[in-house]
Amino acid sequence: MAFWDYANPTRFLRLVQVVLPWLIGFCVLAFAAGLYMAFFTAPEDYQQGNTVRIMYIHVPAAWLCMMCYTVMSISSIGTLVWKHPLADVSAKSAAPIGAAFTFMALVTGSLWGKPMWGTYWVWDARLTSVLVLLIMYLGLMTLWRTMDDPIKAGKSAAILTLVGALNLPIIKFSVDWWNTLHQPASVVRMDGPTIHPDILWPLLVMAVAFTLLFFVLHLMAMRNEILRRRVRALRMRAASVSRPGTAAATAQPAE
Amino acid sequence: MTGWAMALFQRDLRLSVRIGGSALVGVLFFLAVVTVIPFGVGPDLNLLARIGPAILWIGALLATLLGLDRLFQADREDGTLDLMMMAGRPLELVILIKCLAHWIATGLPLVVAAPLLAIFLNLDPVSMGAVTLTLLVGTPALTLIGAIGASLTVSLRRGGLLLAVLVIPLAIPVLIFGVSSADAAIHDPVPFLTPFLILCALTLIAAVVGPIASAAALRFSAD
Amino acid sequence: MELGTHAGFIIASYALCILTVLVLVAWVRIDKANQERALKELAEQGISRARRVHESR
Repeated sequence: MAFWDYANPTRFLRLVQVVLPWLIGFCVLAFAAGLYMAFFTAPEDYQQGNTVRIMYIHVPAAWLCMMCYTVMSISSIGTLVWKHPLADVSAKSAAPIGAAFTFMALVTGSLWGKPMWGTYWVWDARLTSVLVLLIMYLGLMTLWRTMDDPIKAGKSAAILTLVGALNLPIIKFSVDWWNTLHQPASVVRMDGPTIHPDILWPLLVMAVAFTLLFFVLHLMAMRNEILRRRVRALRMRAASVSRPGTAAATAQPAE
Repeated sequence: MTGWAMALFQRDLRLSVRIGGSALVGVLFFLAVVTVIPFGVGPDLNLLARIGPAILWIGALLATLLGLDRLFQADREDGTLDLMMMAGRPLELVILIKCLAHWIATGLPLVVAAPLLAIFLNLDPVSMGAVTLTLLVGTPALTLIGAIGASLTVSLRRGGLLLAVLVIPLAIPVLIFGVSSADAAIHDPVPFLTPFLILCALTLIAAVVGPIASAAALRFSAD
Repeated sequence: MELGTHAGFIIASYALCILTVLVLVAWVRIDKANQERALKELAEQGISRARRVHESR
């Protein structure tokens, strides 16, 4: 089983070393192609004009912030069920990236909303649930920061992530329901007619580029986290060697 | 209910009523929140009547969050929690019983106080009854969801604020359906029963998910 | 190319996204440099993963 082989952090680091340059290369290429298509080949929307170009970053960012939570949930199952040593490293390093993508989705969404709806923020179902998602990401990051033992913090955060994963569909459903109650379809809906291929292709390329970016950043952050844990373990060992070391030396003077 | 469960329930109830009178403090906080709102939005009675259910619900949510950190903290400090976990009883059930006792000591007084505070907010009898009923059904869900946050932050020295941040996103559905069903009773955009039954369902879901997740968190923080 | 009347919004959203990505990249790189420096300092003090075998003889 190739997957389980990479449970060993050292082997994982070696794999990252090999894979990362390729991923970075593909990511840069995808972004170049996607941005070119978004600005030069994609047509203006007959209704929204050029602002439709914000969609090419907004939609992939929104998609990625959901995918990142999925990655974290799978990692959390890995932490709790299989006690996979890399699972909580993966979950921890995904959280700030997810928060950043969520932030991007929110900011581009409101910058798109201002010219389209005339306001930066509406309590629309989608925007509201993404805002809740951002709060959950930030809460998870805080939980990780407040606990110093990485193993315990990982398990606590895994439980919270899974409870959140259970709760996110409920939140989405209830916010949708609340929204139809309060706002009778005054907001421009994106899911109108089918999307024209000229718009769809740049969107897909940008989505691939964002996904590659996520994996690049995630792998790099995971590598940092592994190094951080090594530093921590070495420091603790150094402290236990140097300080109670004197006690140990007196305890066994025969040597 | 078997003997040990009853004993645990009575012990928890007695402790939370006695020590510091947490039940009374929660109600006082509820009163303070409701008093402060008209200073913020103005004393317009029509407006207050319209947003009254929302004010009562948010007040109840905040008051519940305020008391949650006492759910496990005191028992952890004096070692009782470790004894409970080693006693060989299902931890999920222990937590459920603790939550029940905690709710009766802190949640039920809020429900009882709600009709009284509703008078300040110019609610008519129908909506007064509706809000009280939704609070009666909904506040257990808040306590049960809060138990997850309480057990996650139990080992932290100052976990109260973090607890609130972690719990609030999870409590949003309860808030939405609680306020909606109270509103539905007043100026019915939908029949009262639709959101009310969903609120009941949320409480039942919380009664399953809350103890299970919270027991897992307590086990992990212990070893 | 021509971005029309709402050019400011388009440029602002792209700029903010690029900024966020740059911050992420900077965070990852600075973090890596910090950890590697810490590992190197520890290695200079004679504490490294390789010596664990010898010490715990």
